[in-house]
Amino acid sequence: MAISLKILQNIQSFLIEIGELSYFAGRFFKEAFSRPFEFKELLRQCFNMGNRSLLLVGVTGFILGLVFTLQSRPTLMEFGAESWMPSMVSISIVREIGPVIIALICAGKISSGIGAELGSMRVTEQIDAMEVSGTNPFKYLVVTRIMAATLMLPLLIIFGDAIALVGSAVIEYLKGDVSFLLYFNKVTKALKFSDIIPATSKSFFFGFAIGLVGCYKGYYCKKGTVGVGEASNSAVVYASMLLFIIDFIAVFISDIFFEI
Amino acid sequence: MKNKENILPVLKIKDLKKSFGENHVLNGFSMELFEGENLVIMGKSGSGKSVMIKCLVGLLQPDSGFIEIDGKNLVELKQQELNSLRTEIGFLFQGSALYDSMTVRENLEFPLRKRNINAADKEIMVTSTLESVGLKSAIDLMPEELSGGMKRRVALARALILKPKIIIYDEPTTGLDPITAKEIIELMKDIQLKYRTSSLIITHDIDCARVISNRMILLIDGINYAEGTFNELLAAKDKKIQAFFK
Repeated sequence: MAISLKILQNIQSFLIEIGELSYFAGRFFKEAFSRPFEFKELLRQCFNMGNRSLLLVGVTGFILGLVFTLQSRPTLMEFGAESWMPSMVSISIVREIGPVIIALICAGKISSGIGAELGSMRVTEQIDAMEVSGTNPFKYLVVTRIMAATLMLPLLIIFGDAIALVGSAVIEYLKGDVSFLLYFNKVTKALKFSDIIPATSKSFFFGFAIGLVGCYKGYYCKKGTVGVGEASNSAVVYASMLLFIIDFIAVFISDIFFEI
Repeated sequence: MKNKENILPVLKIKDLKKSFGENHVLNGFSMELFEGENLVIMGKSGSGKSVMIKCLVGLLQPDSGFIEIDGKNLVELKQQELNSLRTEIGFLFQGSALYDSMTVRENLEFPLRKRNINAADKEIMVTSTLESVGLKSAIDLMPEELSGGMKRRVALARALILKPKIIIYDEPTTGLDPITAKEIIELMKDIQLKYRTSSLIITHDIDCARVISNRMILLIDGINYAEGTFNELLAAKDKKIQAFFK
């Protein structure tokens, strides 16, 4: 009896959280398209998110390309299909692995960063101070961060994919004597718009989800330093879950419009 | 102290009520703040002081009652009108609440952002306000580089930058050593003389109340339990009032 009651309570609080997150998203759309706009802060956030994630995304992308190629090589060699390596790696990375892995990395870095930053601002009354000074903190802090994440994630993903392909090309060069020119020639021949467009489109939604969850958790952070830690931690967990849900929906929809 | 009969209050609160579930924090609190006055509100922790001032600046919506500033009922205002009225109120937060990603200069410039003020005038406003709190040299420092007392001064400068009619001080001396606390109290007195502001001071600090108050209100059980000058309340026989001065 007690267990079922607890399960019911958990379901209830989960549904309440979903409702509040939806309301938060609705408020974002309402505030994002009304004056005054905070362009300067938006640019600052874009620079911060992009610049500070560049190294991490680059390193992750490079290792992803290296490892993926190294792991796939023996299997393809078994079937005498090493020449398919550039096509297989590029399609896999551009369509699915690159966007998902890089979005997960960004969920860990950007979403938790936003959650912790806004959470500590809430706890130290900086958000209240902003409101008292006549500034709309939702517009200044939340709208700019969600927009910056939405705009920057596709760029980070494209950058990460490109670096992953370089990593793959390095292994092909070292192990298979394939020149960089030949490798990228095969890559460009293999990739179609139907690979690139759905992947790029879904990365906007990934960015939106990362920004939204981070801001929601931070903005409504409970009092105390424990609350800041929880906001940061749950931002990563929720954002990661949301990314997989969005990915599933995106693949499902792109299956209808593009031939996979 | 000015004669209340002849002066209209700059701030008027009447029958303010606020509850959180079954917890009735404010049960009909009323008060008036007159021009140029230093009004101290004292109360135990959890007596509703913070809730009252949060209602006063629109951070919380009261359940009933009215708050009148400049002849406008703050409770009924739309967001834009409320934001414009907020420029008449300066707020010194207990923990200073400086924006820690910004320098002292940027903290002071923040309330001026969306106003039509050119860069040269902004610079003059920032430097002169910092000068009035004695911290002109700290203009390019980050909040983390400031001591507790300096943070409080910068926060006061930020509250003053728009030359508000009313300044609300939330526990201005809490967490400071006695010497710095004394300096902050002196600074508050100087500011009041220089800017002719009306001050609402929430404090536990009896010394602060004694030095700065023209009038005091004791907030007990969500109502203004007693009102008078420091000496009048000090001489009161009521046990609840005496408990504050022991």
